[in-house]
Amino acid sequence: MGDIAVETSGVSKRFRLYHERNQSLKAAFMRGRRAKFEEFWALQDIDLQIPAGKTFGLIGHNGSGKSTLLKCLAGILVPDRGSIGVHGRVSALLELGAGFHPELSGRDNVYLNGSILGMSRKQIDRQFDEIVDFAGLETFIDTPVKNYSSGMYVRLGFSVAINVDPEILMVDEVLAVGDESFQRKCMEKFADFRAQGRTVIIVSHALGTMRSMCDEVAWLDHGKLQGVGRPSDLVDEYVGASHEDRTQAPGDSTSSGGSRWGSQEITLDGAELLCDGRVTSQVSTGADVTFRLRWTAPEPVAEPVFGMAIYSLEGVHVTGPNSQDVGLSTGTVHGSGHVDVHVPTLMLTPGTYQVTAAVLDSTGTHAFDHRDRMFRFDVTAGHPRDRYGVVSLGGSWDVAVDRAPVT
Amino acid sequence: MDGLQNYTLFLLCALLPWNYFSGVVNGGMGALTGNANLIKKTAFPRQHLVLAASAALFVTFTIEMAVLLLALVVFGVNPLLWIVPTLVLMVLLAVFATGLGLVFAVANVYFRDSAHFVAIGLQVLFYATPVIYPITLVQDVSPDSLVARFHIDSLYFANPLVHYVEAFRDLLYEQAVPSLTTIAVVVGCAIASLWLGLAVFNRFSGRLAEEL
Repeated sequence: MGDIAVETSGVSKRFRLYHERNQSLKAAFMRGRRAKFEEFWALQDIDLQIPAGKTFGLIGHNGSGKSTLLKCLAGILVPDRGSIGVHGRVSALLELGAGFHPELSGRDNVYLNGSILGMSRKQIDRQFDEIVDFAGLETFIDTPVKNYSSGMYVRLGFSVAINVDPEILMVDEVLAVGDESFQRKCMEKFADFRAQGRTVIIVSHALGTMRSMCDEVAWLDHGKLQGVGRPSDLVDEYVGASHEDRTQAPGDSTSSGGSRWGSQEITLDGAELLCDGRVTSQVSTGADVTFRLRWTAPEPVAEPVFGMAIYSLEGVHVTGPNSQDVGLSTGTVHGSGHVDVHVPTLMLTPGTYQVTAAVLDSTGTHAFDHRDRMFRFDVTAGHPRDRYGVVSLGGSWDVAVDRAPVT
Repeated sequence: MDGLQNYTLFLLCALLPWNYFSGVVNGGMGALTGNANLIKKTAFPRQHLVLAASAALFVTFTIEMAVLLLALVVFGVNPLLWIVPTLVLMVLLAVFATGLGLVFAVANVYFRDSAHFVAIGLQVLFYATPVIYPITLVQDVSPDSLVARFHIDSLYFANPLVHYVEAFRDLLYEQAVPSLTTIAVVVGCAIASLWLGLAVFNRFSGRLAEEL
């Protein structure tokens, strides 16, 4: 294996969008043509170098061309332009079914699939028990796979794909079908593969997983490569872009983030994060920070309630402080001003977070202005150095010996 | 042996090769559409599906021919001398049939009703090939007019299967070496058919996963 496992240069793939498709000679003859179609470029000029021994992710929204690219790399689709170089033995698991024959039993399909992936009968004989064991299908191995559940399908397909000893493993978004324990087994297997210096190329929408698993990711959008880079940077960028797509409210050009609603007696004009008196978008765990919400009230409003919520990128609602719960009386506000939420020690673990802010009436039921996902900020490693979960509890550790060994 | 002394053997010498041929063409047609699942999800040389169908039938064909040889022995013929030439001819027929199988396999992907037309075509071809009747029957009833006779004969002999079937019959039933023309046509058609089959298949195999 060289340094590059897979490289593509200028790969483009064109699909046909059929308006009329005559799949029989009779119809083609009667209508005088075979098909009427428009062209659609599913991939355009993809230049990629996937280094050997790395776990490489492909991200992008539905229809962005991820799976098409993967199929091209696996050799199932042939690109219309450009070239693909694959250095190493490929095993690909694309979509459900993975090339099983529905009428054959699980056992026969293991042999069928194994030989398609380039194994000899002897090799499969040797690996057979391991394959079945990994899939956890001992009881069902002689049942035709048409009677399998989708989880069983995927388990068997994945089990074959990883046991053929590939140098490059390509996996499309299929593992989500497996249950918790199977997914964990898969993750362990991916870690093994990585440790053995094999290349894994994976397509997924599970961004949290992608972030932690991949060494590098590529982001595709409408068939074009938007960028290749470290997962932490690119995943954030991708999430940011998809939020923009989703939430650009009509007529609301000031909003950089999410959707906005409310009766507008008071409006939230901006929100920022301050650290050491400066506006920033990046702080470290344990920093002394202030969240500032700027408001404007054209009419006097009595006792508005200000609130904010912090979400992790995966959508976990981390915390949601508001001025009413802490017993703050805001009085009657008029004109413009700001509200500060001072957090002396920011106990968030490293990652990207999003802030939603709102101003409500005193009953908490009517929204004057609610701005979803108003801005984002990054937390980098600081003190405490916790890495897992979304918050650190800042606990202190102590090891004690309760009983000395008997000598 | 001459003419129709033993009709059973006479028939089988031609019917077994014919059955193999039509089996490969039909099997080839279903090889791609029947395995759409595999083609859409895994990468491997697509022609193997057609080759596999053809190879599997060749095994059956070989067994049938072995039984026919036994029968010939029982009826007092010594076919030992003709075993090797027959094997060569069987391989040539396999190559010829597989080439056509490759073409029709692709055709069936693009036009799903090709199978019906091919079935009718095979039916016609069966009677246009001297399987159940001796070729002399055609030659004898040809019209007297030289021009008309030329037309009918050239049409009839344009069917490559006539030559394949005649070659089998020459070897096994007549125990004679086929004519040079027959040998040339049989070898030529095998090569041409395989070339055509591979050319058509390679031209269209790239888009199979999309068309299926």
